[in-house]
Amino acid sequence: MVAAPIGVLALQGDVREHVAVLAGLGVEVVAVRTTQQLSDVAGLVIPGGESTTIARLLETSGMRNLLAERLRDGLPVLGTCAGLILLSQSIVDGRDDQWSFGTIEVDVRRNGFGRQIASFETTIQVDGVGAVPGVFIRAPKIESWSAKVSVLATHDHGTGPTPVLVRQDAAWGCSFHPELTDSSAIHELFLASV
Amino acid sequence: MTLTSDSSVVGSARVKRGLADMLRGGVIMDVVNPEQAKVAEDAGAVAVMALERVPSDIRRDGGVARMSDPQMIQEIQATVTIPVMAKARIGHFAEAQILQALDVDYIDESEVLTPADEDNHIDKWGFTVPFVCGATNLGEALRRIGEGACLIRSKGEAGTGNVVEAVRHLRTINAQMRRLASADEAELYRLAKDLQAPLPLVLEVAQTGALPVPMFCAGGISTPADASLVMQLGAQAVFVGSGIFKSEDPDRMARAIVEAATHYQDASVVAKVSTGLGAAMRGFEMASLEQRLAERGW
Repeated sequence: MVAAPIGVLALQGDVREHVAVLAGLGVEVVAVRTTQQLSDVAGLVIPGGESTTIARLLETSGMRNLLAERLRDGLPVLGTCAGLILLSQSIVDGRDDQWSFGTIEVDVRRNGFGRQIASFETTIQVDGVGAVPGVFIRAPKIESWSAKVSVLATHDHGTGPTPVLVRQDAAWGCSFHPELTDSSAIHELFLASV
Repeated sequence: MTLTSDSSVVGSARVKRGLADMLRGGVIMDVVNPEQAKVAEDAGAVAVMALERVPSDIRRDGGVARMSDPQMIQEIQATVTIPVMAKARIGHFAEAQILQALDVDYIDESEVLTPADEDNHIDKWGFTVPFVCGATNLGEALRRIGEGACLIRSKGEAGTGNVVEAVRHLRTINAQMRRLASADEAELYRLAKDLQAPLPLVLEVAQTGALPVPMFCAGGISTPADASLVMQLGAQAVFVGSGIFKSEDPDRMARAIVEAATHYQDASVVAKVSTGLGAAMRGFEMASLEQRLAERGW
């Protein structure tokens, strides 16, 4: 089903957990740190971490332009937490100079659910999948989205339902961390689309 | 752990350790004011440690080193979007309560400050905010985890610009973990006694060959090469204290160490970022020190 290999962007963040989930699903996985490695992947996971750090390292490693080009060409991609921020069209209240790829037409607020002491675990109902564990760590909040975006799961954290898993064409964005749990359901959904 | 109104849970071990997981491959920088915090964030730091004096100044000034002024921590929180950590004295749970009330993202129960309790560390399980603690060996690391620490950093010798103690501590922890992983099951009880560590955690390390929480490195890292060295020795991220803002060109040094922490396995990248950096902090020989900070903690 999967055109190998799948890359995990390995500049900073919880790379190891994504590699373990994908390897556990029998997929050939590459930790991507160079443009050469990025050229060779059939799909990419952008992990959790600090989006400002990953953005900076995308520039210094020379991968920013190539990744932008591959995303425009429809490279299948799954972004979790910081990865969702990098794939978003705009960042609400971020740093003035913070950029994102604009692959998914959502506006996200960094740490939109609060700082670390507000980080939480809950259960998320995903369309067509059912219940999956949702681990939210200084998670970004999707505040608005275009009609091109499919909302596959929402969570109500006291202020009304907010999308927490979205898809636009080949790009998937997730504000929680499926890689920190025993469930590989989100990764399987993504792989089925590659 | 606390149940919130929508039946989600805050303060679980998974969200506390999870933030440490998100910091892996990154550099956490000591900063003493919002301007430095901005430089750190611009350079690609994954978090900043807000404190009033960097360790080399604490070492120089002497006296009692305490938790920072909340106003300074709040100004830094208002300046950057990355996580903000702050230090409490060993055993000073009231300072930790204050830092939690200030909504800091991680508390470092740190030997860099003057200890408040010479027998007991903070009982960290009761807090929603996660804690990082220093360790010089595996027994110390597991005692801290037993008390609820969600992240361990090898201590090194803070404020010296000398990486020798950080290397010693990392190598010691690694060697002791290898010993557990290769031990006969019947030996583990005795090894737990020797390590003065909780048996369940000793059994876990014996089985997995790794700490149950992430392990970072601190204390004496002052060049990109130092960062590469300790990452190759198994550190998953680095804390840099005096090494950045006591160097000749802090902005460049910060950027260089960030790149080295990511590309630590690629010596050509580390070579490139090390080129023409200006002077690193001056540093001290261990034999010249009057006070060993790493000996604090029990």
